[in-house]
Amino acid sequence: MLSYLAKRLLLMIPLLVGITIITFGVIHLAPGEPVEMQVAMNPKVSAEARERLRKFYELDKPLHVQYGKWVSRLVRLDFGRSFAPDGRPVITKIRERLPVTISLNLIVLILEFALAIPIGVMAATHRDGPLDRWTTVFVFLGFATPLFWLSLILMYLFGVKLGWLPISGLHSLGYEVHGLWWQVGDLTKHLVIPISVATFGSLAGLSRYMRTGMIEVLGQDYIMTARAKGLPERVVIYRHALRNALLPAITILGLSVPGLIGGSVIFESIFAIPGMGKLFMDGVMARDYPLVMGVLVIGAVLTLLGNLLADLAYAVADPRIRHGRERAL
Amino acid sequence: MTRRDSYLQDVVWRRFRANRFAMAGGMVVVALFVLSILAPFITPYEPNSLDAYHVLLPPSFAHWFGTDEVGRDVFTRMLYGAQISLKVGFVAIGIATLIGTVVGLVAGYYGGWLDSLLMRFVDIMFCFPTFFLILAVIALLEPSIWYIMLIIGLTGWMGVARLVRAEVLSIRERDYVLAARVIGCSDLRIIFRHILPNAVGPVLVYATLGIAGAILTESSLSFLGIGVPPPTPSWGNILASGKEFLEFAWWLFLFPGLAIMVTVLSYYLVGEGIRDAIDPRFSSRR
Repeated sequence: MLSYLAKRLLLMIPLLVGITIITFGVIHLAPGEPVEMQVAMNPKVSAEARERLRKFYELDKPLHVQYGKWVSRLVRLDFGRSFAPDGRPVITKIRERLPVTISLNLIVLILEFALAIPIGVMAATHRDGPLDRWTTVFVFLGFATPLFWLSLILMYLFGVKLGWLPISGLHSLGYEVHGLWWQVGDLTKHLVIPISVATFGSLAGLSRYMRTGMIEVLGQDYIMTARAKGLPERVVIYRHALRNALLPAITILGLSVPGLIGGSVIFESIFAIPGMGKLFMDGVMARDYPLVMGVLVIGAVLTLLGNLLADLAYAVADPRIRHGRERAL
Repeated sequence: MTRRDSYLQDVVWRRFRANRFAMAGGMVVVALFVLSILAPFITPYEPNSLDAYHVLLPPSFAHWFGTDEVGRDVFTRMLYGAQISLKVGFVAIGIATLIGTVVGLVAGYYGGWLDSLLMRFVDIMFCFPTFFLILAVIALLEPSIWYIMLIIGLTGWMGVARLVRAEVLSIRERDYVLAARVIGCSDLRIIFRHILPNAVGPVLVYATLGIAGAILTESSLSFLGIGVPPPTPSWGNILASGKEFLEFAWWLFLFPGLAIMVTVLSYYLVGEGIRDAIDPRFSSRR
């Protein structure tokens, strides 16, 4: 297991290098240099100040020198300072916002698995029945519905028409004066719509996957053996079949990380949730280069970590992977 | 085309036709094309003509889907918007499919270090949350519909590349490829005559589903205000103005959203239909 982990970690190094090269390349696609952009937005910047900025970003050096300096600062988690008027370090800004995005996505993931697994299993065991058909309809709707649109509709219904739920932010005005439980309730109310929509969107793929996996496993010989032994159907399905059907779901967990992070831009923008997605969107609108570069790198690294965790979980769950790879080393 | 090819196509087409859902999806897809092309003959209004006397009108006989904040007819804008949304979907996925197919063919056929290099590049591209990458690039460039198509294409080819590579790897070792090589066929001929035709089916399925995804991406970008630049109508930017008038004008966000949903759903049904028709083993209904 340890050698497997070591190998996986080593494989991450070229990927990390690739991520930095692409990010660097993307930023240099821009017509005009970052400094010019910053200057263009602020006519008060003198020629001297412009020169200072140019020096700081080393824009007078050749590309590979710029890249080298940028990466050496990256390694020390120094993403430079934001172009925004507050001029705070990018890493501080990201550090403030990241926990919000991660905890929201974790809640969505937990709900997704808690709902998709039973849905998929039921669809597989009641194959071609009305339940299966309805879940198929539901799954297709989940794929096809633009989530920002669903968010708007729910905002309109529950926020504007019925007035039951708040439609933006994480807290009500003046929430600090209330007790802990009031604050928790307040936060929950703010999160009901965004979390339900995000869960609905991700539910479709996973439940579909669970259904296919389950159908495949149920056709295997060892399931017939279990049934032939006279085990109750519940035991056959939940103890024997589900375990193996869950394996592919772990991979899906890893694969869904970039989608979740990318999707947070839309949710956080619509609902004004102060997370990393909103930070990124604001940075994009203001052409805040250091911020955009920083979030892009962090987003990709998070994806990499998500995949690593999924692979490790897979190795823990499936001894074939663990031992097969170890022997191959 | 040899006779065998057309026989296979007949079988696939017959299976596809027998699938009610796929046929319904296909009809919607065709109908949308026809409607969007015939837009000038269907609606008496211009997509961008302002009308200060008819601002934010609810749906009526004169304006089926109401009017927007500057008096433009929403139904008309949606018809013209369909042209844009479909164009973005097709061009973007065309680019993605082309790049992915070439990369997959080269990696799978030649193998070795070239394969490792290309596949590592695919891994790296997969690490980026696609939406982040698209946003970052678009933020840097001048807003234009061509950039949107290009960027969606450039960030969406990796799945096709993996798919084609896997197909090539399994076909490369077949006897008929060996036979072709023995009689002295060139690499290009082997790739295009003997290997690629076998990979067309899965790529077609992937591309159909991809068009649905690209339409969704375009509408999300336009909704966030960095997609198709106004006044060009697209379903996403009609929705964006719908957000501004959420409290007064439900028709501004209800209809474009439904249009996106129905379109995406239709493409999914067609894609799944093709998949089932090509290879009934993986059918969702058996």
